[in-house]
Amino acid sequence: MSALDSPWIEVCPIDSIPLRGCRVVRTRHMQIALFRTASDEVFALDNRCPHKNGPLSEGIVHDRKVTCPLHNWVISLESGEATGADKGSTRSFPVRLDKGRVYLEASVATAP
Amino acid sequence: MCSFVCWVYAKMASHAKQRLVVVGNGMAPGRALERLFETAPDAYDVTIFNAEPRVNYDRIMLSPVLSGDKSFEEIVIHGDAWYVKHGVALYKGAKVTKIDRAARTVTAEFVPSRSGQPSLQPPVTVVYDKLIVATGSNPIIIPVPGHDLPGVLSYRDLDDVEAMLLAARSRGNAVVIGGGLLGLEAAAGLQAQGMDVTVVHLMPTLMERQLDPAAGHLLQRAIEARGIKVMTRANTKSIAGKGRVEGVELDNGTRLPADLVVMAVGIRPNMQLAKEAGITVNRGIVVDATMRTSDPDIFALGECAEADGQVFGLVAPLYEMANTAAAQLVGDAAASFKSSATATKLKVTGINLYSAGDFAEAKDREEIVLRDATRGVYRRLVLKDNRIIGAVMYGDTSDGPWFFDLLKRGVDVADMRETLIFGQNYAGGIPLDPAAAIAALPDDAEICGCNGVCKGRITGAIAGLGLKSLDEVRAHTKASASCGSCTGLVEQLLKAQLGDAYNPAAVQPMCGCTDLGHDDVRRLIVAKELRTIPQLMQELEWKTSCGCAKCRPALNYYMICSWPGEYVDDSQSRFINERVHANIQKDGTYSVVPRMWGGQTSAKELRAIADIVDKYKIPTVKVTGGQRIDMLGVAKEDLPGVWADLSAAGMVSGHAYAKGLRTVKTCVGTDWCRFGTQDSTGLGVRLEKFMWGSWTPAKVKLAVSGCPRNCAEATCKDIGVICIESGYDIHFAGAAGLEIKGTELLGHVATEKETIEVIGALTQLYREQGRYLERIHKWAKRVGFDTIRQQIMEDGERRRILYDRFVFSQQFAQNDPWAERANGKDAHEFTPVADLTLREAAE
Ligand code: SRM
Ligand SMILES: Cc1cc2nc3c(=O)[nH]c(=O)nc-3n(C[C@H](O)[C@H](O)[C@H](O)COP(=O)(O)OP(=O)(O)OC[C@H]3O[C@@H](n4cnc5c(N)ncnc54)[C@H](O)[C@@H]3O)c2cc1C
Ligand code: SF4
Ligand code: FES
Repeated sequence: MSALDSPWIEVCPIDSIPLRGCRVVRTRHMQIALFRTASDEVFALDNRCPHKNGPLSEGIVHDRKVTCPLHNWVISLESGEATGADKGSTRSFPVRLDKGRVYLEASVATAP
Repeated sequence: MCSFVCWVYAKMASHAKQRLVVVGNGMAPGRALERLFETAPDAYDVTIFNAEPRVNYDRIMLSPVLSGDKSFEEIVIHGDAWYVKHGVALYKGAKVTKIDRAARTVTAEFVPSRSGQPSLQPPVTVVYDKLIVATGSNPIIIPVPGHDLPGVLSYRDLDDVEAMLLAARSRGNAVVIGGGLLGLEAAAGLQAQGMDVTVVHLMPTLMERQLDPAAGHLLQRAIEARGIKVMTRANTKSIAGKGRVEGVELDNGTRLPADLVVMAVGIRPNMQLAKEAGITVNRGIVVDATMRTSDPDIFALGECAEADGQVFGLVAPLYEMANTAAAQLVGDAAASFKSSATATKLKVTGINLYSAGDFAEAKDREEIVLRDATRGVYRRLVLKDNRIIGAVMYGDTSDGPWFFDLLKRGVDVADMRETLIFGQNYAGGIPLDPAAAIAALPDDAEICGCNGVCKGRITGAIAGLGLKSLDEVRAHTKASASCGSCTGLVEQLLKAQLGDAYNPAAVQPMCGCTDLGHDDVRRLIVAKELRTIPQLMQELEWKTSCGCAKCRPALNYYMICSWPGEYVDDSQSRFINERVHANIQKDGTYSVVPRMWGGQTSAKELRAIADIVDKYKIPTVKVTGGQRIDMLGVAKEDLPGVWADLSAAGMVSGHAYAKGLRTVKTCVGTDWCRFGTQDSTGLGVRLEKFMWGSWTPAKVKLAVSGCPRNCAEATCKDIGVICIESGYDIHFAGAAGLEIKGTELLGHVATEKETIEVIGALTQLYREQGRYLERIHKWAKRVGFDTIRQQIMEDGERRRILYDRFVFSQQFAQNDPWAERANGKDAHEFTPVADLTLREAAE
């Protein structure tokens, strides 16, 4: 199933996420971190740093990246991959933006 | 049937991949696995057993950890994530006790903790298709009476270093037995930790295996010049002590007092396990050129292995073994190990020493010696048939790698004999500048001995990957990433290749987003009246769209300091702790530390804390090193509630998370103490009430002691006051964290009022000049202690102006952030934006 024809679920208005900031979405099995960049893009990652599970939602957001608060790994918001010389990746999820509202794929609510 | 066997069957049935099991997680197998995963990431399922309870680290760098120059984290080679990423099962603290070659299994037992608690975990047995034995070496312990007393240590792993650091706290006497590489590094480290150290060495000169007697004497002089005592020709007879080591007795009757004895007299390959399994051993575990032992499915590598009739104790040849084994494991039958000469450097700051090859005297050998007593330089080359076979250098070792390269390649040096000893710059009679000398090295010349990185690989990476800095070269090639002694050479290579584009001495840019340094940015903020971060990034041509995690917090602070009352704090540019006003913990919970003014509390406050701990089920309550109470493990959602309850009891944030005023420690002073000269507690409380809430470049800690006995430890704080009969001695620029430094005296004043004015002015000067994250002691060292004294103590006008500016900015700073948040500020921080956990039920 491609991202477009899957059922989407509305999560929140984009304005409830701070600019260059993040809010958390709770799902059954994990926390998803919803990031909003300076240019109003939204990205979703599993809220666990590939290094030692640091909460990425608490990091500083810059460009399309976030710096983990625990040991400063820099994670790409687009791919979930660590950047620079560090290696590792965290799951990323498709996000849709429509009329100022943020949508995630419905399946994430129960995804393991 | 027992469960493990079922598991084995299950695993065998589902197994396509070969199982590789590794015994020992040291530097050699670590390198072998790196190579293996580079070439064939999916060829093996890997399991590693490590008797040490930790990941793989750079053993070579234990000495900098001992001396306090590095932390353990900085010397980790493979962090936990690496094992996860490569699907490696790492058993920490698990010692393999048996290899069953018939069943192809190894069995490991979990080692007791250091405190002697036996492990509750049952032994583990796993099956292998291929096995690597890399058990390293055991330190030799001379069996003199008393060798097993507590306080007698060897020097091999992190546990030894931790035990030494603990013992060093006594600042007592240490005796190091053995004046070789390890012994001297241990001695220098213990001395740096404040111990009184004596090195006891059996031979007439130090490091006699790597140095000739002349260099050994120079070394001894340098070691003694640092205050370490050296006794050569000294044989240890016994170690004395009742229940714990107290002294060392030598053959000649000398008795040396000792609170710690370190034995560093040599190592012995650790081959017991292999021997018990019936594998051929000699001095070490015997391997052929493919690194296979007498059992073709079992490899051995590292210090435990004997290849080519030799055992090794330096990493360069061990890494060669690792490369060979990795290649063999993926079927490269041609890969074979050849031992080559090794070079040694002593890693003691300030002592330059280099030796390579063989320099014993013999009939068929000639030598060339250079001595320059005024420069403290000594060089000796040993030649045989016009080829260098040995080199010793003391003082100026810059040509070491060049000589070593000539040695390894067996170059005929007849043509350059006249000038050879002066080094590469003069060889051939044409003086070269250092960059040109490096440029003249062949591509296969080894630059980094630890990691076996040759010049071509570094220059290739600089050109191919566009590397610009030392750190990048380290990250991509590993050159200079282990012991660091080739850093100078790597920098020369960067310089040779990048020309003026590489200038390490230039102003250090704030971060990758700009070429400007901190001081320039601060000056421009004021000069160009830059009042917001976006405006600054536009005007100063930031290279990124919105900065990074390094520059944004710094800029936010510079703005706050430059435009008090006007600048609106950018919470998204704050590190999480300052954004939510609590300290994040490793599991994502937070700690909460309320202020206890001057370290005083009351029944009411304690009762409120007790109730909060019960109400929010806070797991840990701890008295901090800063005279107050820390509640640890609070869930983020609970923070506003905890704060509301603290507020109700009159308590405010202790800013334990802030680059700002932390604690003001006090002693009981004239209130109670029979020696107190002034009201130290009262002064401490007044200072804390005056200064709380201020933001500073890095944290600021104060203390006030009531007399020179100094029970509040004021002389290791950023700012400290010692009360005396005639008034107040004000100290500054102390440190007791990553660095330990006693304070310097700023000046003496007669009254409390003047004390507060001086401290306010000093803090403001620091706020305006300090670079972000630079503590007061570093700032003071950079700008000069006397400059600061002059501005604060002598120039009354300047002091007044600074003080007024501090008072002005404080009126905007003293709002309790906890009360604000308990009342709803930044509420979005503390709740999820959506909760989809109930979604399933709805569908
Ligand atoms: C709680 C406490 C340890 C304790 O249980 O006693 C503590 C805990 C932490 N210290 Fe500390 N330090 C504590 C007293 C100290 C002291 C002793 C003192 O203040 O008298 C020192 C040495 C004195 C000094 O600062 O020079 C100290 C030197 C450090 C350092 C090294 C700073 C340096 O510049 O050398 C760090 C690392 C840093 O700041 O980058 C650090 C960092 C930390 C952090 C914030 C680590 C972190 O980034 O997460 C720890 C936070 C744990 C938490 O959430 O509470 N802590 N720390 C102490 C809190 C005091 C307080 O009431 O506020
Ligand atoms: C303080 C110090 C400074 C040094 N400085 C230098 C230097 O400047 N230059 C240089 O080239 N070399 C230096 N060395 C030597 C270098 O560190 C070693 O040569 C190298 O680490 C050896 O690697 P290895 O993999 O063979 O063994 P090790 O790194 O010793 O690893 C062996 C590991 O196997 C574990 N083990 C042993 N038996 C078992 C078992 N039965 N089951 C499970 N695990 C087991 C051990 O606990 C250990 O962790 C230094 C060494 C020390 C101690
Ligand atoms: S509290 Fe301080 S000393 Fe203790 S682990 Fe944390 S940073 Fe290190
Ligand atoms: S957990 Fe993210 S950097 Fe360590």
